[in-house]
Amino acid sequence: MVRRRPLTPSSSFPPKAPCFHNPPSAFRTPNESPHNLGYMMQRVTNHHTHKTTDVHRHGLRSRQLHLLPDGRNFQVEYAVKAVENGGTSIGIRCKDGVVLAVEKVVGSKLLKHSANKRIATVDRHLGVVYSGMVPDGRHFVDRARDEARAWRDTNKTPIPTADLASRMGGYMQAYTLYQSVRPFGITAIVGGFDSELELPVDGEVGYGPSVGAGGKAPDKKHGGPFLYMIEPSGLYWGYYGAATGKGRQAAKAELEKLDLGGAGALTLEQAVKEAARIIYLAHDDNKDKEFELEMSWISASDGPTKGKHQEVPKALREEAERLAKKSMESDDEDDDKKDDDKMEE
Amino acid sequence: MDHRPQAWGRPRDDVYGAYDGSYFQNSGPKFATQSPVVTGTSVIAIKFKDGVVIAADNLASYGSLARFTNVKRLRVFLDTTVVGFGGDVSDMQYLDRHLNELAIDESYENDTTETAAATTTSSSDPSSTSTQTPNNPAGSLNAANLHKYLQKLLYRRRNDFDPLWNHILVAGLDASSKPFLASVDLRGTAFTSPSLATGFGAALAQPIMRRYAATEEDAAKLTREQAVDIIKECMKVLFYRDARSLDKYSIAVVTKDGVELKEEEQLEKQSWAFAERIHGYGTQTV
Repeated sequence: MVRRRPLTPSSSFPPKAPCFHNPPSAFRTPNESPHNLGYMMQRVTNHHTHKTTDVHRHGLRSRQLHLLPDGRNFQVEYAVKAVENGGTSIGIRCKDGVVLAVEKVVGSKLLKHSANKRIATVDRHLGVVYSGMVPDGRHFVDRARDEARAWRDTNKTPIPTADLASRMGGYMQAYTLYQSVRPFGITAIVGGFDSELELPVDGEVGYGPSVGAGGKAPDKKHGGPFLYMIEPSGLYWGYYGAATGKGRQAAKAELEKLDLGGAGALTLEQAVKEAARIIYLAHDDNKDKEFELEMSWISASDGPTKGKHQEVPKALREEAERLAKKSMESDDEDDDKKDDDKMEE
Repeated sequence: MDHRPQAWGRPRDDVYGAYDGSYFQNSGPKFATQSPVVTGTSVIAIKFKDGVVIAADNLASYGSLARFTNVKRLRVFLDTTVVGFGGDVSDMQYLDRHLNELAIDESYENDTTETAAATTTSSSDPSSTSTQTPNNPAGSLNAANLHKYLQKLLYRRRNDFDPLWNHILVAGLDASSKPFLASVDLRGTAFTSPSLATGFGAALAQPIMRRYAATEEDAAKLTREQAVDIIKECMKVLFYRDARSLDKYSIAVVTKDGVELKEEEQLEKQSWAFAERIHGYGTQTV
């Protein structure tokens, strides 16, 4: 099997270090006034060392992306627009696991049902779903897999979800820095379950020390479910519930109603049902288009997936979809009733 | 006297004669690992009607020293296959990590929906009574694929003059869910048989196993209990006769239902009475 190139700190990306310089006029777009451009350079550049000929030698315009005077960046905002048109994806972190779900808009009747998966496994315990440009998402997943593998190569242990989110956040952020590349047109939701057990080192030959690997406080809880959402700017936060894509507003409103952090937090199976319901609800505004629901989950090692990221079993998914459709119908009836009441008044 | 820096700290040529630089020459093939240091001894396995039983003791020897006594030489791969390693332990560790990567790659692609559904729900769907293994949906990597992969890997490393110093048994099920057992050695030589043994086991355990399963037909008549008993008997003989062996061993049974691995087994009902009649060792004076 062909092994992927090992990752090194000076891996292929970011591309060649940018040459900070005053851009030659040829690169100015017609509506950029020299004055305005000068202002920006003043704000964001530190060095004025390299010659402009470097640009021609690299064959790419390795200037930094423009920051607008108010601190925004057009390219990043356009990327966000691309995400806002993508199918809704959500992630729910509940007390005993994580659920990822996506509204997969069916672009053509010729596509095979339930093929072309949108939720990807990154490592055994990690899953990623994204909204926006699918090829960008595929690349994101490839890179995430490389990161997870590189982590295993050096540490002989699975990558914690937080570290993967951090690395991928950094990776996406790097694509906002240079004019030779564009930002990712996706918002990715990363879910994972860091094992709460004393894991053996990868490839361990014996049993290791009887006291375990150490580094763990006896009365403290270690591992657990984690959920992060990474935006095109590279910004990422940890969430109890995350939503992105076309139906994110509706989905977020629904997620906020769930008890995800409190004492009576959802169980994993409830969360699967809620996820299905939320995707159906978020799809409501987009009714003319067909869609498929794709869901995956990750539980603790004593749960249904044994700490692994797996697709939600067909039977459970169908049950969740049945309940989701039922709740949609009863919502419609309620709406009708209200309308009737109004008519009577 | 030679005062140039490259002569500093070296025996003086005028006193000891010219240094023999041929020791430093490195033309010719590369010999990276051709001297195993920490080694495991025999692995033995036998097929029965529903699967395969495989065993290896828990010892890693440092030459003739019984250095590590809790070594797991049976490795479970993708919950469906057991790989038993004889030979160099560090190469085993490398292969184990490599196969772990391979298993993770597998999890990228495999749709586990149907199988997971079968284990978590009592679905009345007639299609769920297929012959697929619980964690091994059709199309995913099985023991036969893994064996072929290891064969190619070991043969390639042999051609690089950098062999992985192992003799490996792969036990599991093939694509049609039939019991599968095959071996591959450090040269990439691969073959299959109803019963297999590596190392000393090839001489000491193989004849015993052939008494019960000379052909595939014989093996297909064995029950699980019989197969386990045969393997336990062989492990005992190996402990009697092989000086680099241990009475603590691991045994795994692979069937359609998955892998049952026990890593803390102890040899039972040993009798060393036969040793009385063997001359030429110990404190005997005659």
